[in-house]
Amino acid sequence: MEAGQMTEQVAPAVGERLSDRLRRRPWLGAIAVIVAIFLALVAGEGLHDVAQTGVNGLSLGAIYALGAVGLTLVYGILKLVNFAHGDFLTFGAYMAYLVNVTWGMPLILGVFWAMIATALLGLLFERLLWSPMRAKHAGFLQLILMSIGLAFLLRAIIQWFWSTDIRVLDVNATSTVDFLGLRIGQTQLIVVIVGVVVIIGIGLMLRLTLLGKQMRALSDDLELAETAGIDTRRVINYTWIFAGALAGLAGVLAGATTDLRPELGFELLLPIFAAVILGGIGDAFGALAAGMVIGVMTEWSTLVIDARWKTAVGFLVLIIALIVRPQGIFGKAKTI
Amino acid sequence: MSLDPGALPLAVTFDALTNTSFWISVGVIAGTYAIVAVGLQLNTGFTGIVNFGQAAFMAIGAYTMAILVLKAGFSFWLSLPCAVLAAMIFGVIVGLPALRLRADYFAIATIAMAEVVRLFAQNARGLTGGNEGLFCDPNNPSNCYTNSWRHLSDSINNFVSNFWSNPDALFPLLLVIWVTVGVAIFVLRRLQRTPWGRVLRAIREDEDAAQALGKNTLLYKLQSLAISACLGAIAGFFLALNLATIHPLDFEPLVTFFAFSVLILGGMGSYRGVAVGSVLFWFVLEGTRFIDLPDPPFTETRIASIRLAITGLLLIGLMAFRPQGLFGKREEMVIGE
Repeated sequence: MEAGQMTEQVAPAVGERLSDRLRRRPWLGAIAVIVAIFLALVAGEGLHDVAQTGVNGLSLGAIYALGAVGLTLVYGILKLVNFAHGDFLTFGAYMAYLVNVTWGMPLILGVFWAMIATALLGLLFERLLWSPMRAKHAGFLQLILMSIGLAFLLRAIIQWFWSTDIRVLDVNATSTVDFLGLRIGQTQLIVVIVGVVVIIGIGLMLRLTLLGKQMRALSDDLELAETAGIDTRRVINYTWIFAGALAGLAGVLAGATTDLRPELGFELLLPIFAAVILGGIGDAFGALAAGMVIGVMTEWSTLVIDARWKTAVGFLVLIIALIVRPQGIFGKAKTI
Repeated sequence: MSLDPGALPLAVTFDALTNTSFWISVGVIAGTYAIVAVGLQLNTGFTGIVNFGQAAFMAIGAYTMAILVLKAGFSFWLSLPCAVLAAMIFGVIVGLPALRLRADYFAIATIAMAEVVRLFAQNARGLTGGNEGLFCDPNNPSNCYTNSWRHLSDSINNFVSNFWSNPDALFPLLLVIWVTVGVAIFVLRRLQRTPWGRVLRAIREDEDAAQALGKNTLLYKLQSLAISACLGAIAGFFLALNLATIHPLDFEPLVTFFAFSVLILGGMGSYRGVAVGSVLFWFVLEGTRFIDLPDPPFTETRIASIRLAITGLLLIGLMAFRPQGLFGKREEMVIGE
């Protein structure tokens, strides 16, 4: 198969790329579709309900987006479809549980510890598994199955220490904030704020720092980047730190808004994949935007269909995206 | 439960070591997974398409069969070909758009498709019984998909009792499953040697080259997927006959991944390897039940987690050191190179 050739995302100069994007129709088309859905829902269900579910969607979308950035960078740079990424989220959530509940310390410390621990986990597996496998020129199937094995192993470890019981973080789940007539859960509000702030931070970092540019260069062509004098090993290590820390954060946010189970991350993995593909593989901005869009769409869907179907929305977006535009909203048609 | 779709309702004791019915039930699971993995071998090993949605074909097979019998009044024997046909048609419908995608996208697309099927089974309560699952109505025992099977099973055991007094209740199922495995492997091995089989391998090696030779590669890939869907549906029947209830949790992505573990253990490009791999895999996994571990610290969930860890380490270790599996050929493992 031609899996070896991945999407060669061309990253031209910053200014050129922006104007290029605006000229590209799919991007505008996607916004037009979202606006149309928004207007239709407002007309049918009223602004209040649409806004209320929209806020829920933003908190879900923040989790998807944070999970998707790391997955898409690893996918783009290392050509690794990391099925263990969902279990990175689970790992992060349980690390926060350890600090927050077992040791009784504030959740904010738990968040930091979760991000650090998951980043270290990412580095550890890079050193133990992925780097040697790259040296062996392992095929795509080998890597994908290895990541599934890793997902099993992580879940087994979590299940060993914390069993399959449902656990909750020490968060205020009941108090709400009234804002413009909307009732927003305190935890949810924090999730949305943290999510949006971190997402903007990542966006700026990728756009403005040298490391961000190097990551994009590696995503284009790892060997060419190496030839151009980029210390690829260092950039790859930072990619894993980045992916791990954000997955840890996403896991804590997911655990704070719902509860902790060993399957927590795996259940989030497919919507996160949907965000990665919709945003275009290797495109961090695309993943952020697509994660938010899928989160909001998922919650909006509860206005028209029964809430128990909402999980299917992410999968349907994924399938439709793959059929209609597998290169993602922002991507270019290549060998797909 | 959700973590261990092949769980056997048996206590963890040393008695199991000499317990024939325990080994027979393990053989039933191993055979069911062998059928699933033989289909995956055709897809992944011989056509180069990574089908992560096999659980969906099992679900469609099991649910269609049960729904046709329980709700539409079909006879059991008529429901089987209908359910196989449903799974194959579904495979073609999914394959038509998805098989045009690159291998990694196809893998993700199929797992998403399988989850949609499972969510449908979970939420379309009127049709599938939702989270309670689908089972025979105890108040209406005449209308049940297991009746015809039990009838056949009893006659097999009647015959077997000539040689083995008081044969195990699951023995006929074991027999039928492994005969199915044998037939599937025989047929597929023969097919592999035909021009059709050679085109599949050509697609695996280089799809563009196969296309350049004038082969409609999409059509061949669709056929490969449809055959695999047929085998998945058949495995679904056996799962339904083995378990009393057809439940959405029996068709989680984990099932597909277990089948991939079986495939990898057996080896890429070897049908017989898959059968051996399945027996080895399930005997090791279920064999952990013999180890009589003290309850604290070895609770039930911890022992389940050990099984999950074994599977994970097996996948990682094989991929790192022996990607061709036990009986595979290294040159058959070309995907992604």
